[in-house]
Amino acid sequence: MTTTASSERTERRLEVRPSRRGDRAFARLVGAAALTILFTLVAVFVFLAVQGWAGMTSGSATYAPFTSFVGYIWPLIVSTLLASAIALVVAVPFSVGVALFISHYAPRPFAAALAYVIDLLAAVPSVVFGLWGGRYLATYLQPAHMWLHDHLGFLPIFGEPSPNGRSLFTAGIVLAIMIMPIMTAISREVFMQTPRLHEEAALALGATRWEMVRYAVLPHARSGMVSGMMLGLGRALGETMAVAMVLATTPTVTLDVIGTASPATIAANIALNYKEATPERQSLLIATGLVLFVVTFLVNFAARWVAGRSARRLGS
Amino acid sequence: MAKSIDVSDLHIYYGDFLAVEGVNLTVKSRSVTAFIGPSGCGKSTMLRSLNRMHEVIPGARVEGKIVVDGQSLYDPSVDPVAVRRQIGMVFQRPNPFPTMSIYDNVLAGSRLNARRLKRSEADAIVESSLRRANLWSEVKDRLGRPGMGLSGGQQQRLCIARAIAVEPEVLLMDEPCSALDPISTSAIEDLIHELKTEYTIVIVTHNMQQAARVSDDTAFFNLKAAGQPGRLVEFNPTRKMFSTPDEPSTEAYISGRFG
Ligand SMILES: Nc1ncnc2c1ncn2[C@@H]1O[C@H](COP(=O)(O)OP(=O)(O)OP(=O)(O)O)[C@@H](O)[C@H]1O
Ligand SMILES: [Mg+2]
Repeated sequence: MTTTASSERTERRLEVRPSRRGDRAFARLVGAAALTILFTLVAVFVFLAVQGWAGMTSGSATYAPFTSFVGYIWPLIVSTLLASAIALVVAVPFSVGVALFISHYAPRPFAAALAYVIDLLAAVPSVVFGLWGGRYLATYLQPAHMWLHDHLGFLPIFGEPSPNGRSLFTAGIVLAIMIMPIMTAISREVFMQTPRLHEEAALALGATRWEMVRYAVLPHARSGMVSGMMLGLGRALGETMAVAMVLATTPTVTLDVIGTASPATIAANIALNYKEATPERQSLLIATGLVLFVVTFLVNFAARWVAGRSARRLGS
Repeated sequence: MAKSIDVSDLHIYYGDFLAVEGVNLTVKSRSVTAFIGPSGCGKSTMLRSLNRMHEVIPGARVEGKIVVDGQSLYDPSVDPVAVRRQIGMVFQRPNPFPTMSIYDNVLAGSRLNARRLKRSEADAIVESSLRRANLWSEVKDRLGRPGMGLSGGQQQRLCIARAIAVEPEVLLMDEPCSALDPISTSAIEDLIHELKTEYTIVIVTHNMQQAARVSDDTAFFNLKAAGQPGRLVEFNPTRKMFSTPDEPSTEAYISGRFG
């Protein structure tokens, strides 16, 4: 009796083999997909490094009005980081708030409509945002420039305000509007996936809705929110047209984000100069692309590290 | 302090689906009331309507009246948040907050109640709650570790500790011992005995011996037929229920010939 049962069991296990083969095939397939991504990344990096090397080491005339590669790239890096920082500072609270409103506060039909409209925003091409930002939004933001200068002028980033509102600050706001939809969509998605069990645990203790959000929703959503911010940040760092069209770029060194004269961001600088560049200037631009690549990586790592730190502190 | 609960003609709905029909019963203060009955007959639903947790499910609503110490629970002027602060609940499945430490889990409710806790006060609450839930000796050296790192039964006791830490006036427990070993079960039963001198307790259980051991009154719920709403079949003092029940179906269920 027992022997037949066990031999039947072995037989059945043998029959299961083919599906395991399918399992292995699938594992290979997804592994290959992952490798392809890695390979692409490495290929881009190698291209940038090889082609850009000349750009980092050519004669000082190439870097006019500066004299060295570091002198040339430095203001661009600062601009890139400043514009992205402005975009994040504005977009993160806004998108988290809107996402929470959609997932936990708004009545259902309204929430669905709002979510749809925000997803539509993500589909607007960046040139359109650039046009709108430079022609229209800038004038409306001019008073904000004045206000920042009057009240926070002691900070070096709020120097002489731009008279027409076209500044790195406005570019940052346009970037914020551009990255808001993707950040909202991702936050909303993770907020909605909060386990009911944990929401009810908070509610049963007598939590108000906001307390429930703090106890159950935000801790659950944390890593997803960070991912969303990383995607938004990546887009802000690499965005070209919106910045190129809002900003009258000047090759100077300044921290002032509300003035008329600001250097372009790295990406905008490439877009603005690629057409009329000499071969030396071309490889210089590629070298700046390499720097952008590295900056993006570093910023991503730094942000993940900061976000993961407090989680690790609890875990250990 | 402890409160009695009067339920009259209560219908409980999930959207259009009538889950529990026409319940009338009285939960006496400073006593233990057990809800028994087959799976799916609406015990959890009934329990959740007692602290207004039922309505957090979209579309869920109740009709009828529940009166807690003279105050109508579903009166529009009553704030469900305030209700839940006084009527604590332990869920059928353990649900500690996954990112909080054991320590913070126990204090979660006390911190909601807004009062700033001194460190020594907080330590005292944590220790006494965990002791009463029979968990202290197992976790006292790792209070800073996440609550999710505990076994299922430990998590359930952590949730019990969290619920009693705020000293609710009524405690609702939905099968609190279903994941526990006999030792912890007996500790929880001791806790229930101890708590009932001050609080009102309602417990759902599938364990007849447990109902007989801990409760003063027992409510037997059943489905009239498959697909029909659940209803209260019999509500009597536990001693009578387990010796000479009024309804034949109660006797059948209790003696295990049914369900
Ligand atoms: N969230 C819900 N939405 C819709 N129907 C539900 C929901 N929760 C429970 N029900 C239904 O309500 C009825 C009663 O369920 P309930 O969970 O109260 O049963 P129970 O007596 O607690 O069962 P068990 O002993 O298995 O825990 C069941 O028919 C169930 O399908
Ligand atoms: Mg249940």
